[in-house]
Amino acid sequence: MCTLEKRGRLFILTLTGDGEHRLNPTLLNAIHSAITQIRSDPSSPHSILITTSHGKFFSNGYDLALAETNPSLRPVMDAKLRSLVADLISLPMPTIAAVTGHASAAGFLLAMSHDYVLMRRDRGFLYMSELDIELVIPAWFMAVIRMKIGSPAARRDVVLTAEKVTADRGVEMGIVDSSCGSAAETVEAAIKLGEELVRGGVDGHVYGGRRETLLREVLDTIGSDVSGSGGVRISGSKL
Amino acid sequence: MCTLEKRGDLFLLTLTGDDEHRFHPDTITSVLSLLQQAKSQSTRGSVLITTAHGKFFSNGFDLAWAQSAGSQTGAVNRMHQMVESFKPVISALFELPMPTIAALNGHAAASGLMFALSHDYVFMRKDRGVLYMSEVDLGLPLPDYFAAMFAAKIGTSIARRELLLSGKKLKGEEAVALGIVDSAGQDSAEGVVEATVSLGESLAAKRWNGEVYASIRKSLYPEVCAMLGLTAKIAATP
Repeated sequence: MCTLEKRGRLFILTLTGDGEHRLNPTLLNAIHSAITQIRSDPSSPHSILITTSHGKFFSNGYDLALAETNPSLRPVMDAKLRSLVADLISLPMPTIAAVTGHASAAGFLLAMSHDYVLMRRDRGFLYMSELDIELVIPAWFMAVIRMKIGSPAARRDVVLTAEKVTADRGVEMGIVDSSCGSAAETVEAAIKLGEELVRGGVDGHVYGGRRETLLREVLDTIGSDVSGSGGVRISGSKL
Repeated sequence: MCTLEKRGDLFLLTLTGDDEHRFHPDTITSVLSLLQQAKSQSTRGSVLITTAHGKFFSNGFDLAWAQSAGSQTGAVNRMHQMVESFKPVISALFELPMPTIAALNGHAAASGLMFALSHDYVFMRKDRGVLYMSEVDLGLPLPDYFAAMFAAKIGTSIARRELLLSGKKLKGEEAVALGIVDSAGQDSAEGVVEATVSLGESLAAKRWNGEVYASIRKSLYPEVCAMLGLTAKIAATP
């Protein structure tokens, strides 16, 4: 489901396998374990997290098919993702998403929950798909979107046109920090950036604390948004 | 005063006549009624385009009507009445279960500009028409829900200052550069309407669920919604 490797000071979390890396409870638990492992590592305040994936997808969002067969899992997935994002926000180290495939809805959200987003230019898009699949966007997702996408027009394009944002367009919109040639080049660039950040001598605890302060509004909304679990439908299912 | 026509998937709301299309209690009532009509007739793929005839999109509230109250208190009351009764128009636009596009044929000032900006997309002409928040020049305060809308829709403090504090008259290209409007590429009123029809048709082709669209729109602007008393209705179905 996911692997965690350490390369010097870089923790590399990889969503493995050729599937869609849907954020179901199992995968979310696995990622949570990996983060816990990272936190307990003594070198963590002087390290970097890079999150990446294999195959065509970074993550295609919540496991909606699973939620169809078992609706009680909808709030479970939402709660676990909230917890993960809060975890990432407080993580005592810089975080880099090396987006090597499509990132949709909750998968897009996960990518944006990193400090840096690097993305391959040759394929793949960021896609807030909810409008196209008749789901509303939870308030806490919107809090992340408002924090990470600065221009009102870009936010509107992302959520109200469900634009499929390529890496270069993402750079234009200020969502992506840099676009890279291929999947391998994206990971390489993330590693290079990570090593640069390590050389800069980050005190992870201070870094994590400052990030929490910066994203205080997001944390508050994550904590208080009880308007609905992720994947709430307005009307009949399109699936 | 204003008309609503249907062109395929597109609802076309037009402020008719060659006047300034000032918002007066009667105009406000008519526009609100037409928006409610569009809402009741909406289906998947519906889109609203709002435009006007003549030199003005809208030059704001009917200040002459306010002044004709005959006293200072009377004028203030009438202004207040218009500001309050305009809120449901903005709410109706925000709740409209379809994408909304303003095609500015001409000048949009004060509440006319507020009306334009309350749409999802705003297109201006390149050759004519300015955006102008006249209040500062007229010594009028800015209603709180106007301020919330501008803060939400206009992303940079420079753009907000130019429009709201400096009382600048912004032409199309400037307005695009400041990120206030989406486009100012056309050299005529017909041109700008055509451009919005083109956008409208591409949005219509998505066949989005209007209720979901409106819900997502409202969640994009929580402060404005709070001020208008709108909540995102989330009705989960089993």
